[in-house]
Amino acid sequence: MKVLTKPKMQKSEYMDFLRQMLLIRRFEEKAAEMYMRGKIGGFLHLYIGEEAIAVGSISALKPQDYIVSHYREHGHALARGMEPRRVMAELFGRSGGSSKGKGGSMHLFDAERGFLGGYAIVGGMMPIAVGLGLGAQRLGNDSVTLCFFGDGAVNEGEFHESLNLAALWNLPVVFLCENNGYGMGSPIQDTFAGTDIFRFAPVYGMNTPGKIDGMDVFEVMDATKEAVDRARRGQGPTFIEAKTYRFRGHSMADPMVYRKKTEEEEWRNKGPIMRLKRHMEELGFLSEADIQALEAQIEEIVNDSVEFAESSPVLPPEAVYDDVYA
Amino acid sequence: MTSVTYRKAISRVLQETLDSDPRAFIMGEDIGTYEGAYAVTRGFLDKYGPERIKDTPISESVIVGAGIGAAMSGARPIVELMTINFSLLAIDQIVNSAAKLHYMSGGQVSVPLVIRTVSGGGNQLAASHSQSLEGWYAHVPGLFVVAPSTPSDAIGLFRTAYRDPNTVMFIEHSLLYGSRGQISDDPDFTIPFGEADVKRAGDDVTIITYSRMTHVALAAAGALSDEGIEAEVIDLRSLRPMDTDAIVRSVRKTSRAVVVEEGWKPMGIGAEVSARIMENALEYLDAPVQRVASLDVPMPYARPLEQAVMPDESRVIEAVHRLF
Repeated sequence: MKVLTKPKMQKSEYMDFLRQMLLIRRFEEKAAEMYMRGKIGGFLHLYIGEEAIAVGSISALKPQDYIVSHYREHGHALARGMEPRRVMAELFGRSGGSSKGKGGSMHLFDAERGFLGGYAIVGGMMPIAVGLGLGAQRLGNDSVTLCFFGDGAVNEGEFHESLNLAALWNLPVVFLCENNGYGMGSPIQDTFAGTDIFRFAPVYGMNTPGKIDGMDVFEVMDATKEAVDRARRGQGPTFIEAKTYRFRGHSMADPMVYRKKTEEEEWRNKGPIMRLKRHMEELGFLSEADIQALEAQIEEIVNDSVEFAESSPVLPPEAVYDDVYA
Repeated sequence: MTSVTYRKAISRVLQETLDSDPRAFIMGEDIGTYEGAYAVTRGFLDKYGPERIKDTPISESVIVGAGIGAAMSGARPIVELMTINFSLLAIDQIVNSAAKLHYMSGGQVSVPLVIRTVSGGGNQLAASHSQSLEGWYAHVPGLFVVAPSTPSDAIGLFRTAYRDPNTVMFIEHSLLYGSRGQISDDPDFTIPFGEADVKRAGDDVTIITYSRMTHVALAAAGALSDEGIEAEVIDLRSLRPMDTDAIVRSVRKTSRAVVVEEGWKPMGIGAEVSARIMENALEYLDAPVQRVASLDVPMPYARPLEQAVMPDESRVIEAVHRLF
């Protein structure tokens, strides 16, 4: 994190960033616990370690903007303001969940907040992001679409089709690649022949700030804000590559045999929450009492989400036929 | 009533849609400057401009995905995939996204998208350009699949498709574009999904079919009539949902059924229709249901071989004869 002589924002805004990142962290830790206790089924992909990207980038959006994401999207949903209760209940497969328990961890939606889905096919959200941008352009509104995807998506055809069309039609889309270095268990150097992902941007005539530090919430915020502003001004799409690391496995089922403990340790020392805390302490914005109060507040929210999920019923079996067609 | 070609009918209903709904736009490969591989959108670019008649790169997946996203945002895209063979490059978007977003979101979002595409063989385009894959899409809950055989059906089904809040695969046939038929001048004429049409009434045998094979079946029925067999020809028009009642009603009357499709027989439309007859009218049958389909091979290029592969009038007649 860059050393700042004076604060970038108000103290309350720093606290809000920290609160959001901690909420994601604690929510995901609780989700892991609930998974281990058999309360959550299927795949559970945790966002732990990548919180700065969701919080920094989504802070640059306005209410009319859209988000599409991948299957590691709990953090994006929470950063967009989705109720933790609705997210946890969805993970539990309960009727109080955001999709009434029909979508699960990989398919969170909150249409009211423009959160238009977690997509579980790698790269599959990218053409849809192009379409949301196209819709805004066609309808003449000023919505911008923020599209999250991982480094694994880069080798999908849809990645290239989407970048090309978004640039060709000058669409208001921000492509944000969360490069955590692994496509499931395969390190990027084993799957990607290029050097840097962001170098695709100029190939498609697209603006890019290059590779940014995805562990630095402010760097992510600044890059996204500039990209979103450009898009809203009609200056087309931007491609951001944010380098990050997931502290946990690909999913809860991952034994993590493919990476070294030393590497994990190295990245943990660059942890986004730890860095933000340290920075705030340096600015005199954070005391031990602040942290304790914040942790207590978040613990309450997370516990409440579990209580809500536990008490929410599963839909009756006949409800499987609902919502197949609109 | 007016007599128009199948091509003209689709062109008209598209223009009517663009004229009446400012949210509507069309995108696809070579639909603008080139005016459409099958000339359905001839003159559209001049009339509506490049913002509403959008030529795309040859990128089927993003064409459909962009349609999905635009539909979710409140615009009303009509997507053209040049042929159903190319839809395989977009099948992830069609099957994993368009068909499922309403369900996976617990009803929060819907995808009002019409995907027009062209199915079938008969143009000597060989194995990768001559397939009838509509059954693949009809397999998937969350999609609607319609396949009109006449200009009137094309108009009636398109209006329904466009007004529907779900994704509709609108399957045209390349050999039908030049065929003519009467269309109603009534702008409110629509055909609901899941409503088959009795294209020819008869008491002796039921021929269930759709798209171009309807015309093959009608020709066969004409020849059968000369020998005293009156065939009832049912044009399904809509594959998902499928009008089981119409099929069953007719089979209970005739006690004999032949299903004619241009796709392959295994896991096909004929298999589905046969199963529905078995489930609902088994005791009415005087003979096993017959299936007429393309031969179980990739489509060969040479004209006589291609003709040998696709069902024709004589194979339908033979199938009917096997029932008596």
